[in-house]
Amino acid sequence: MDVLDRIREQVESNPVVIYMKGTPQMPMCGFSSRAVEALKSCEREFAYVNVIADPEIFENLPRFADWPTFPQLYINGELVGGCDITLEMAESGELQKAVQAAVDSADKA
Amino acid sequence: MAQVQESIEKKLHAALAPAFLSVENESHNHNVPAGSESHFKVVIVSDQFEGKQLLARHRLVNAALKEELQGTIHALALHTLTPSEWAARGGETNASPPCLGGGK
Repeated sequence: MDVLDRIREQVESNPVVIYMKGTPQMPMCGFSSRAVEALKSCEREFAYVNVIADPEIFENLPRFADWPTFPQLYINGELVGGCDITLEMAESGELQKAVQAAVDSADKA
Repeated sequence: MAQVQESIEKKLHAALAPAFLSVENESHNHNVPAGSESHFKVVIVSDQFEGKQLLARHRLVNAALKEELQGTIHALALHTLTPSEWAARGGETNASPPCLGGGK
């Protein structure tokens, strides 16, 4: 499968997915670490892709949604943003609402 | 000296006519050689962000710095505010995270 199709499948089959350096248990970058901590605070399950372990995705994700940096958070197949946007949304409570709504409606489907 | 930093400042001034702009080289917090220009924090206040979501604001900045982001910049912490948001915050933004050693 083409790498862009692979990414599309990941973001469409998971209500919440974060592309990060390292894993939620062992992040390998300060920005990924902060973003994933904010996600954990939403009290729902989420998927992750470790871009360090998948060089093809690391190379190609920036052109998938025209976003140059990592981490990247997707909710319901849409790019939400990187670390700074994720943190600002967590501070305002918007992130928790968006994540919970996405996961809860996927569970019902 | 500080060529990348100067180029970031110049391009953001040209693209977004900021009311306030701070470009800080945070590379010394990371595992890179002394004098590197790899990690930056940008705080930018512009009335062009008015009525735009954060994603759209960041896209404007990313577009202005496209060349740098493809080349020398490894990390860009980005705080995009309108003049009224900046005033409401009293000119404060969050500190950038420390490096955890993941490399590029």
